[in-house]
Amino acid sequence: MSAGRDAMSMPPPLPVPTHLAPTPGRGRLQLKDISIAYGEGAARRTVVERFDLDVEPGEFVCVLGPSGCGKSTVLNAVAGFVPAARGLLEVDGETIQGPGADRGMVFQQATLFPWKSVLENVAFGPLMSTGSTSTAEQRARTFLSLVGLAAFEKHYPSELSGGMQQRVGIARALANYPRVLLMDEPFGALDAQTRAMMQEALLNIWAEFRTTVLFITHDIEEAIFLGDRVVVMSANPGRIVADIRVDIPRPRTPEVQFSETFLAIKRECFAHIRSETLKAFAHQQNATALS
Amino acid sequence: MTAVETASERAQRAARPKLLPARLRAALPRTRLLTTLTAASLFALWWLAAHYAWVNPLFLPSPKAVWDAFVRTATVGYQGSLLHEHLIASLYRVLAGYALACLVGIPLGIVMGLSRDVKAVFDPVIEFYRPLPPLALYTLIVMWLGIGDASKVAILFLAALPPLTISSMHAAASVDPRYVKAAKSLGANSRQLFRHVFLPACMPGICTGMRISLGFTYTVLVAAEIVAATAGLGWMIWDASKFLLGDIVIMGLFVLAFTGMALDFLIRLAERALTPWRFR
Repeated sequence: MSAGRDAMSMPPPLPVPTHLAPTPGRGRLQLKDISIAYGEGAARRTVVERFDLDVEPGEFVCVLGPSGCGKSTVLNAVAGFVPAARGLLEVDGETIQGPGADRGMVFQQATLFPWKSVLENVAFGPLMSTGSTSTAEQRARTFLSLVGLAAFEKHYPSELSGGMQQRVGIARALANYPRVLLMDEPFGALDAQTRAMMQEALLNIWAEFRTTVLFITHDIEEAIFLGDRVVVMSANPGRIVADIRVDIPRPRTPEVQFSETFLAIKRECFAHIRSETLKAFAHQQNATALS
Repeated sequence: MTAVETASERAQRAARPKLLPARLRAALPRTRLLTTLTAASLFALWWLAAHYAWVNPLFLPSPKAVWDAFVRTATVGYQGSLLHEHLIASLYRVLAGYALACLVGIPLGIVMGLSRDVKAVFDPVIEFYRPLPPLALYTLIVMWLGIGDASKVAILFLAALPPLTISSMHAAASVDPRYVKAAKSLGANSRQLFRHVFLPACMPGICTGMRISLGFTYTVLVAAEIVAATAGLGWMIWDASKFLLGDIVIMGLFVLAFTGMALDFLIRLAERALTPWRFR
């Protein structure tokens, strides 16, 4: 569907419902000396190695890296879908042992349940934890308003555009009051215009609901525009090569992309990404030559 | 119609001949019209063939004779049973066999789709008897259960089972893992995961199986009634043909066809009710 429809239905700035604000100081994410490997025996391959990351409560951290560098693997480990071969994963000092409602996840494809209405999709998490449909739907309505889609609650996901679906996906993840919001290239499948609108919408939502965010992307500008910090990863195996603080004041408008600070960070990220991509290419070619 | 339309274009449009008045054309879209025309032509051909006795009336009675046979069977009956009694006898058998097959086949299929072990146990059994012509199997079942309703319900159950089980199995095995992942990250436990994700995700596949299965069961019904029965639509047709009662045979075929269409319509309604998100 068109980006125009999205632009029409962008959320207006909303008053912050006080009960939406998360408990302050909640949502510290700590990854200590993480290694993750796939496969068995000779085919075993280390995807992520010696990965350390500390995310402050309420901080927005973007993980940037070339494709195949293992950035999604890190996210899946935090989500509890992939076990770490070694190291420590903690949210607020509690070890991550599997998927859980305290870590909300937004996927590249919205993965909304097609058999549930928009409202029922957002109510899913609260329904699982409270067992009460009315409580869950009440909470879902609050979050649908937050993403500006209150008018679409009776629609099925297939009736929404890609951008709208992704906003429902964000509302669905937030409705559980997660300590950490995990976003795996959530705007990667959208067209450029919709993506730009969604980035702004996300910042608006986040301004009201200041949860910790771990955001995976391969788009340098997206990472800088959104994040308080940009963590650049290398490939083969995935490691952190740079941890850059983005000192651009909020609220940010799309114009910040032309500021000196923004361009300086972009240049730095670009250099890192380029050298990593070149390395990854050489590695692939070696692998092909050997086989 | 474009907003800019010149006067000459408008005149041309108005001058174009119209076969039907506007209101009728709106009610009858082109395809519907063609369907109606086909049915009407076939009926006219039948009427002509009977009227001019192109075919021996013993084999092809006139539409009027078939209608009379319908009225006679509905009011006086055929071989001791009224038409609706034959219909009910048939429907009871098909629905009993089908309902039992749904109760067994759908849960079995889902479990087979989720567990390789369960599949390994039941799949060979189903795959062995599935290609057998139901009538061949029926001879054995009649030996075991006699010619009463029990043997018919049993054969219809066996006929209905494979399409239900196989499509439920495929549906359960091909649930998109991303939905499972999303539900788990939203805090669903395994019971909630089954109810809110697995079941609805399987539903379209199950519905397809239910529809195919009902159609197949219905065709087997008539075959089973022909082999051995004392009432039922299939039996009525078979019995009438032995006495060269063409009018009863053709009337019976019409009743069978319309009943089959009605059953298919009902199953489509059920499909809409069970998977409303696919019809928006």
